[in-house]
Amino acid sequence: MTYMSKISSGLRSTLLAIALATTTAATPPLLPSVATVHIKDFKYNPTPLKIHAGDRVTFVNDDDDAHTVTASDKSFDSAGLDTHDTWQRVFTKPGTYSYFCELHPYMKATIIVLPAAPVK
Amino acid sequence: MERSDFLKHIAWTGAGISWTLTSTGLFGAQSALASENALSFVQISDSHIGFTRPENPDVIGSLQKTIDAINALPVQPAFVVHTGDVTHLSKPAQFDSAKQMLGTLKAPLIVLPGEHDVIGSSDNFFAAFRRTDAPRGWFSWDQGGVHFLSLVNVFNFEIDGKLGTEQLDFIEKDLAAQKRSTPIVVFAHVPLYALFPQWGWTTEDGSRVLAALQRFDAVTVLNGHIHQIIQHTEGNIRFATAASTAYPQPAPGTADKPGPLKVPDDRLLSVLGYRSVEVSGHTATIADHSLQA
Repeated sequence: MTYMSKISSGLRSTLLAIALATTTAATPPLLPSVATVHIKDFKYNPTPLKIHAGDRVTFVNDDDDAHTVTASDKSFDSAGLDTHDTWQRVFTKPGTYSYFCELHPYMKATIIVLPAAPVK
Repeated sequence: MERSDFLKHIAWTGAGISWTLTSTGLFGAQSALASENALSFVQISDSHIGFTRPENPDVIGSLQKTIDAINALPVQPAFVVHTGDVTHLSKPAQFDSAKQMLGTLKAPLIVLPGEHDVIGSSDNFFAAFRRTDAPRGWFSWDQGGVHFLSLVNVFNFEIDGKLGTEQLDFIEKDLAAQKRSTPIVVFAHVPLYALFPQWGWTTEDGSRVLAALQRFDAVTVLNGHIHQIIQHTEGNIRFATAASTAYPQPAPGTADKPGPLKVPDDRLLSVLGYRSVEVSGHTATIADHSLQA
């Protein structure tokens, strides 16, 4: 009985994993990030955002309308983010990055990437 | 927009151009499209295929209603122009759906891009709707005694202004070759004048086009982008933005921000629709038709 129960439990886990994989196929699971920029009411918040080289940033569209996260120098581009869509990027090089929304170009914001934090 | 608001907007009607509004379609369409020796065409705009939010969970259905209404017109227009934002997020599947649906129009189709059609790049838009006579997207042609210009003011939104020097040069050269008495009709997605710059409802480098249009006797500029009917005049230039086939947006300055506006479900079709235009000499008659049965 114990053996059968384990198989059944294993099967359930497998089915659950398949179900999760199916439902999340359109949006890849989020990786850990050091900061989140929320897009709400046609604004990016926070801005400017200060991070260190190598840090991952999550962008979340909390707005009623679609937006993008597009570098002014076109070095990165989220493509269109619908309501609730997320996008992540690792900023590897120190510098100041201006970005805007391709759909609403008056929406502008900045990310300041400092040299990598020293290893403790 | 309420009918009473619309009537306020037509108070400026000047000599040479008359505007009409029909709220329910076919009677107005018959009178608007049946005159002899006139060129008639239809404008549709902002279908946002791929949009799924509560403001209109069935944008396919409302576009289909629009297409059915146009195909049922007793006199078919010379062409149907879609003034952009065919898709919501520039995705190939969204272009495929839109192209398949718009392909069922009986009249010839002209499609120009909105900013939602060129997110990231214009490749998907051009894969669906590129014309051999418009390799860069903008073009002009003569039809029925009218000179038409179809413009693209959604490339390089931030960097080059919205039309760009190359297109502005084309426009000036093209218009310089036209007679002053020739009726001019211009299409572009974003309004070419400063309708409401706070919400980006303007073309940053549009003033050169307006300057080049000033010498003509009768100019009609038709846009989409703002999902509502607003009319405006500057000298001999008449501007009119069109309703969307997908969802309305707030009137300028009546909300904190632009974006989809939720109206009661039973009112949605009354704020969506298409526009018929008849050009006869220097008179352009515009009729806006809602999808409400």
